[in-house]
Amino acid sequence: MSTNALPLSQPIVDGPRGAKPKRITPARIGVYAFLVLSALFFLLPLWVMIVTSLKGMPEIRLGHLFNWPAELTFDPWIKAWDTACTGRDCNGLKPGFWNSVKITLLSVPVSIVVAMINGYALSFWRYKGSELLFAVLIFGAFVPYQVVIYPLIIGLREVGLFATLPGIVVVHTIFGMPILTLLYRNFFASLPAELFKAGRVDGAGFWGIFFRIMLPMSVPITIVAVILQTTGIWNDFLFGTVFAGRENMPMTVQLNNIVTTTTGIREYNVNMAATILTAAVPLVVYFVSGKWFVRGIAAGAVKG
Amino acid sequence: MSQVAQGGGAAAVPASSAFPVRRRRKFNYQSVLGTLPMIITAIGVFVICIIFSVIWSFTNSKVFPNFNFVGLAQYQRLWTTDRWLISVQNVVIFGALSMVFGMVFGYLLAVFMDQRIKQEDLFRSIFLYPFAMSLVVTGLVWQWMFDPNLGIQAAVRQIGWTSFSLAPLVNKETALYGVVLGGLWNGVGVTMAIMLAGLRGVDAEIWKAAKVDGIPTWKTYLFIVLPMMRGAIATAFILQLTGVVRVFDIVIAMTQGGPGISTQVPAIYVIQHITDRANVGQGMAAATMMLLPVLLLIVVQGLLQWNAKRKQGRA
Repeated sequence: MSTNALPLSQPIVDGPRGAKPKRITPARIGVYAFLVLSALFFLLPLWVMIVTSLKGMPEIRLGHLFNWPAELTFDPWIKAWDTACTGRDCNGLKPGFWNSVKITLLSVPVSIVVAMINGYALSFWRYKGSELLFAVLIFGAFVPYQVVIYPLIIGLREVGLFATLPGIVVVHTIFGMPILTLLYRNFFASLPAELFKAGRVDGAGFWGIFFRIMLPMSVPITIVAVILQTTGIWNDFLFGTVFAGRENMPMTVQLNNIVTTTTGIREYNVNMAATILTAAVPLVVYFVSGKWFVRGIAAGAVKG
Repeated sequence: MSQVAQGGGAAAVPASSAFPVRRRRKFNYQSVLGTLPMIITAIGVFVICIIFSVIWSFTNSKVFPNFNFVGLAQYQRLWTTDRWLISVQNVVIFGALSMVFGMVFGYLLAVFMDQRIKQEDLFRSIFLYPFAMSLVVTGLVWQWMFDPNLGIQAAVRQIGWTSFSLAPLVNKETALYGVVLGGLWNGVGVTMAIMLAGLRGVDAEIWKAAKVDGIPTWKTYLFIVLPMMRGAIATAFILQLTGVVRVFDIVIAMTQGGPGISTQVPAIYVIQHITDRANVGQGMAAATMMLLPVLLLIVVQGLLQWNAKRKQGRA
């Protein structure tokens, strides 16, 4: 579909082209007022999260949602990480964090390598039926996960991968494949054909050209893919709930369990500290990667 | 679907079909071997799994799948179950509201960002950062903000506006709108980014021409530039649509489908029936229904392309 509206070869940020602004006019003030108000709307929840996580429960019960804590405390953070309870387990978020680290560190490279080879083969080594397979894969990008989840559970159970770490890696590889393959296929197709011909003249085959020519060329697109996958897999909730099992429960699932645990008094400060901790990894990726992240979104527009 | 994919590919990468060297080769075994994961995924997951889902929707499978066919009984039950009817109604309302407001707010932000403003990168970062966070995080934050006793409502009342009311999640009538707001907060930045890229892709000559003709800026944005951004709009639209059909995480985190069943959505219905409710046949009937909008989208896309081709042929 229109996944190619924003090709990666084009710079996303081109410089404004709107009407030229004059000096300070009411319209200019209006522009900034709108932008600043919008920015406040987007920043408010982050502010509330931070201040709530630094308050003690007595202060929270006073209801000053937006105020900076009168008495600063880091206990909620320590509790969220170390001793917060989900059901009977009171080990905080740290098991979930390490599970998410494991899942992400394994799933990101596996899904990217698979998609890279797909894109390379689809651009230079098409075979009978390869385009049809690709079409099916793109169709898969639009299929709601619920339509395939149950048969996939049964299939993974049959081969003994259900509720295991390799199982969840396989699941992330499957569902990352459509968009990543599209990404790499478009990238390789935009390379000059002479590169490929030169490799053929030198007698290199499928893997020779891949490792010696294409792999080194695809560093920029791979950065985009890594950002896309790292945030996507870290933030995943559905697959973690269904496929990871208790042993490999990712951080998002554990966070939700901690917050929605109904026993005892709800500790909003601990909940918000836990929420920030879960959001921290993708936020760091976002702020470090900057404009690459925007490209990833544009490229991953079908991922949803 | 193959038409769809090829159409998309050809639009962006004219090179791919132009090089004769890339003509389809005979069977290259290395290539087949290298794409084995793709072959297994495409056929095994996106064909066979879907077929199984559809087949099981015609059976009375409970905890485990079986092949005792019961015809359309599961569908009959599905469409007479309040929980499902409300789920469908909710996803339509949720979808319509988040898409309309998302598009309008996203385009407005993009237009305002396009006014040669200072600190553009800063504003962009602020509008986009929520998208980096998961929908679970988004849902939990807004659940806290909407807390009736300690959230925004309480904070505003304390300042003196005692009749102020903003706690949508505890009320059956308004809970869904609370979820819509959370979803918008998470995703509007992306729409803005796509729209802004679209705006900047519009030919600068258009702006000069509009200026020469004395057309006011706002009219140019609304009636000239907007229709030229079809690509960006379609991208944003499809991105939002797939998100809407799949909506799950944010509802679980914000309301868990409640109060009552007032914020149930189809995705939750399916998951609940294959897990807690142990009624696979019913879950698969619901899953099969979820496939319909996707098929509809493909048919519409196919018709549009067919129409475009026919027009081209006539010209």
